Amino acid sequence: MCPMNGQQEENLLLIDGFQEAYHVRLDKFDGPLDLLLHLIKKNELDICDIPIADITSQYLEYIRLMKNLNLDVAGDFLLMASTLLQIKSAMLLPRNEDNPEDEDETDPRAELIRRLLEYQQYKEAGMLMGARALLGREIFTRSYPEAELLAANQEEGPLELELFDLVDAFRSLLARIPVESFHEVAAADALSIADSINEILALLQERDMIEFDDLVRDDFTRERVIVTFLALLELCRLRMIRIFQNTHQGGIRFVPAVVEETGDDIVATV
Amino acid sequence: MSLSAIIESLVFSADAPVSLDQLCDLLHEYERPEIKTALLELVAFHENRNGGFHLVNVAGGWQFRTHSSLQQYVVRHVKTKSVKFSQSALETLAIVAYRQPVTRSEIEYLRGVDCGGVLRTLLEKKLIRILGKKDIPGRPLIYGTSKEFLETFGLKDLKSLPTLKEIQALDDVPHFEQQEELLLDSGNSPSSATQITFNLPE
Repeated sequence: MCPMNGQQEENLLLIDGFQEAYHVRLDKFDGPLDLLLHLIKKNELDICDIPIADITSQYLEYIRLMKNLNLDVAGDFLLMASTLLQIKSAMLLPRNEDNPEDEDETDPRAELIRRLLEYQQYKEAGMLMGARALLGREIFTRSYPEAELLAANQEEGPLELELFDLVDAFRSLLARIPVESFHEVAAADALSIADSINEILALLQERDMIEFDDLVRDDFTRERVIVTFLALLELCRLRMIRIFQNTHQGGIRFVPAVVEETGDDIVATV
Repeated sequence: MSLSAIIESLVFSADAPVSLDQLCDLLHEYERPEIKTALLELVAFHENRNGGFHLVNVAGGWQFRTHSSLQQYVVRHVKTKSVKFSQSALETLAIVAYRQPVTRSEIEYLRGVDCGGVLRTLLEKKLIRILGKKDIPGRPLIYGTSKEFLETFGLKDLKSLPTLKEIQALDDVPHFEQQEELLLDSGNSPSSATQITFNLPE
């Protein structure tokens, strides 16, 4: 896009007044086709006979506003802008008079109109679908008692955990630790994730498994808990530990994920 | 015990919609037509009962579901999944539903925007699934809707989605009425030339 400094300043002046009004609106556009449809509706135009010059200038105006409002103008919007400009220039070219039979074919807008009509249909289809009574929102079924199923699953050993379960455990842990009501002025212990990782690894060498609750003692500060948690996440990311839960809602446990001989190499690279 | 009662017990105790085929498998001592009749009687019974729930045909099976009008009471004790769909999610879902099997680039062409994120979310919610790879250069993944999609949107099957033609007709109502007056003279049957029709894949 070529910078148009004079015009940009002019737009900035213009925007001061309109910022509020446009800000709310711009978020609604779900892509360039959506914006074009909005412009066509706003101007009460016929989709099948779009005045390209008008629409193009309005479209470009919106893009400029989006840029000035620091909204990310996705490449898709710019692609459509260039398509519009291309159509606009193609329409300025004189029509080929010798070939009147394929007049419809040569209308440079045909492709765009077809896409707009198609898009409009799916947009409406989507809106209708969203208006249906949805399971879990308007409509409910009996929830199946999962207790028996879980009992059947328990013999199969530890369940692998989702990251969210870990985050939940962490949140309940943080809730347990009282919020300090004073601020320490003295320099606190320097907390580092690397230290915490080493601590956890050392613990894991002593025993094969650590409980989440063992890792964090109640006298820890919030910072310490957070650092411990970050260390755990880092270890997970490096695939050095695996997280398990023995029962649903049970304690979360960690076991080393690597076998002994490769373990040393990885520790060296941390 | 009447057959209706037996079927009711099976549907009641199942954790997913039960299809007629499944019922026939489970109740091999009965004939299929008997089972079908008893099932329909059961549906009619629950419909006439005007109770809090009814027997609905979703995703090719039968399931007890509460009436949507009772939502405000049910949510007082049932934890609701946050079933929220953005406009882009609904549009994408509609395109997948009507155009399946469809590739990501086809969806992106129709919507004019990148759909990678939306598709991933829909896959995570299990509303769409990967059907396979298309036999064209690059072998892109092809997407279709899942059983969960039918269950969530309370659809018997894909054919029970309103056709795109019907959707457009809803939108065209005022236009349509205007035209009818003119047509009294000309005698033409009302038809819209600009309509594009799509047929759902069987």
